[in-house]
Amino acid sequence: MALIEVDNVSRTFTVRSRKGRLRREKRQVNAVDGLTFQVAEGECVGYVGPNGAGKSTTVKMLTGILVPSGGRLRVAGVDPSRDRVRLAHRIGVVFGQRTTLWWDLPLRDSYEMARRIYRIPAGRFRANLDRCLELLDLGPLMDTPVRQLSLGQRMRGDIAAALLHDPQVLYLDEPTIGLDVVSRNRVRQFLREVNTERGTTVLLTTHDLTDIEQLCSRVMVIDHGRVVYDGGLEGLHAVGESERTLVVDLAEPCPPIAVEGARVVRVDGPRQWLAFPAARSAAPVVAAVAAGYPLVDLSVREPAIEDVISRMYAGEVAAPVRVG
Amino acid sequence: MADDRFPAPPGRLWWGLRVWWMTAAMWTRSALAYRTSFVLMTVGNLAITAMDFVIIAVMFHNIHSMGGWDFHQVAFLYATSSFAIGLADMLVGSIDALGNRIRQGTLDGIMVRPAPALAQMAADRFALRRLGRPLQATVILLWSLSGLRVQWTWDRMLMVPGLLVCGTAIFVALFVAGSCLQFWVADAAEVQNSFTFGGATMIQYPPTVFARELVAGAVFGIPLAFVNWLPALHILGQSDPLHLPAVLRFASPAAAALALAAAGLAWRAGLRAYRSTGS
Repeated sequence: MALIEVDNVSRTFTVRSRKGRLRREKRQVNAVDGLTFQVAEGECVGYVGPNGAGKSTTVKMLTGILVPSGGRLRVAGVDPSRDRVRLAHRIGVVFGQRTTLWWDLPLRDSYEMARRIYRIPAGRFRANLDRCLELLDLGPLMDTPVRQLSLGQRMRGDIAAALLHDPQVLYLDEPTIGLDVVSRNRVRQFLREVNTERGTTVLLTTHDLTDIEQLCSRVMVIDHGRVVYDGGLEGLHAVGESERTLVVDLAEPCPPIAVEGARVVRVDGPRQWLAFPAARSAAPVVAAVAAGYPLVDLSVREPAIEDVISRMYAGEVAAPVRVG
Repeated sequence: MADDRFPAPPGRLWWGLRVWWMTAAMWTRSALAYRTSFVLMTVGNLAITAMDFVIIAVMFHNIHSMGGWDFHQVAFLYATSSFAIGLADMLVGSIDALGNRIRQGTLDGIMVRPAPALAQMAADRFALRRLGRPLQATVILLWSLSGLRVQWTWDRMLMVPGLLVCGTAIFVALFVAGSCLQFWVADAAEVQNSFTFGGATMIQYPPTVFARELVAGAVFGIPLAFVNWLPALHILGQSDPLHLPAVLRFASPAAAALALAAAGLAWRAGLRAYRSTGS
């Protein structure tokens, strides 16, 4: 049996807008419409889509905050909206931008509060906490008030807080947003460990493709409230024919660069943007540019998940597909 | 199943109270992180509430009775009203930050915890400095009781603590019910304040100085009259400007129970509305 079962779930919002002086118009908006997917125990799934696609609506329904308008939803055998408090023991939630730690108190106090609210037996609490502190390198920060932590430290603190009660499912909303490279890597490494060693099922929403590359064997793309792609990351690139961008700074403004395997998408004075297929290496393109133009500086940008998705649409990809 | 790993859930009410207590304790410790600010705010609060009573004292410097009530009797109304609203404000008052939590999306963080949302919200931003008001009210109450010309029969003696408990419960209900408006209207906190703090100011004065319609509204509408007006009629032996049945003077416990039940239902309806609109 799948740990998360979403069967034909829909969620409608009523939007009221003013029309004229007194008249008001009510409009039904489908945030999520006919959403169907399953997640097996121990999977790590990236849940992506543009803003307003229905990602957070889905997560709110899966955590029992929102009641679905239709369809059937089960998480660990529990109907989330009906048994919200019972479900709370089985799930961990990390809202990337909003900390649930106690702002003015040492980190230690937030964990102690979690122990009491979740009624975690002392032995298990100790073991889980020690593990989190070690892997997330939080030990030295235990007595620091949360408000003095850096964003990356706080995020690590939040993730630890969500795992102390051994949840079966961990939802993460943008866990690496705004973090520096070191923190990002540490968070990813830890999540991988939680997923593979402990078998915790992870559902992760993100705008960072690297999160997904490094963590998730499976990606679900949602748009307009529907799953439009469900499969491996390679499949997504193939389907979306995504491109990387090479940004080059030249010594002086030049006519658009003409090199094999790349095309210029934008020119701004001495700076030019070249697109090339994500699957190909950047080296030949860089070499060709350096050989023929006065190259000063360069950087390579990975395709943003939104671009990949928007390209999927441009390519009129049939939905939904399951690859791998 | 995962539940087996956890101790059996305690009774709902008991658990709610414990969650309230734990949350309030955390906020108190948070406030003590800024010790100077805590002391200054406490002193400031005391000074402001003390001014309240100074105004009444100044009035009675020039008059001898207000609507047929003497200084000690008005002080009794002042003290009981101030005690009830002050204690209720300390216990659940910060629930009026609900609208902010909804706007910022932090209510979601509360709803994914295995504890009643009402208990967590009632203790949200709990401020121990609010103890100042009920303390000041207690001092005035003792002064008032010492000067009242009342024959202290056992029923009157029992009614004083009963009135404080029921009055606090009624204000607790008003705070909770009022804050529920914010599930539908984001900045309804001021509407709630006009009923709670506005109402508390009203019942610091004798019912005889107000229009009869207003007094009737406090009996049959928002049940403020049950906080102190009606029981005070019996304790102080005053006459009722509305000539209502005398039984109402003893009905405060029933009014408080009804108000709490109504507030509980309003909270559930509000939470359900939030969960089905998502704001």
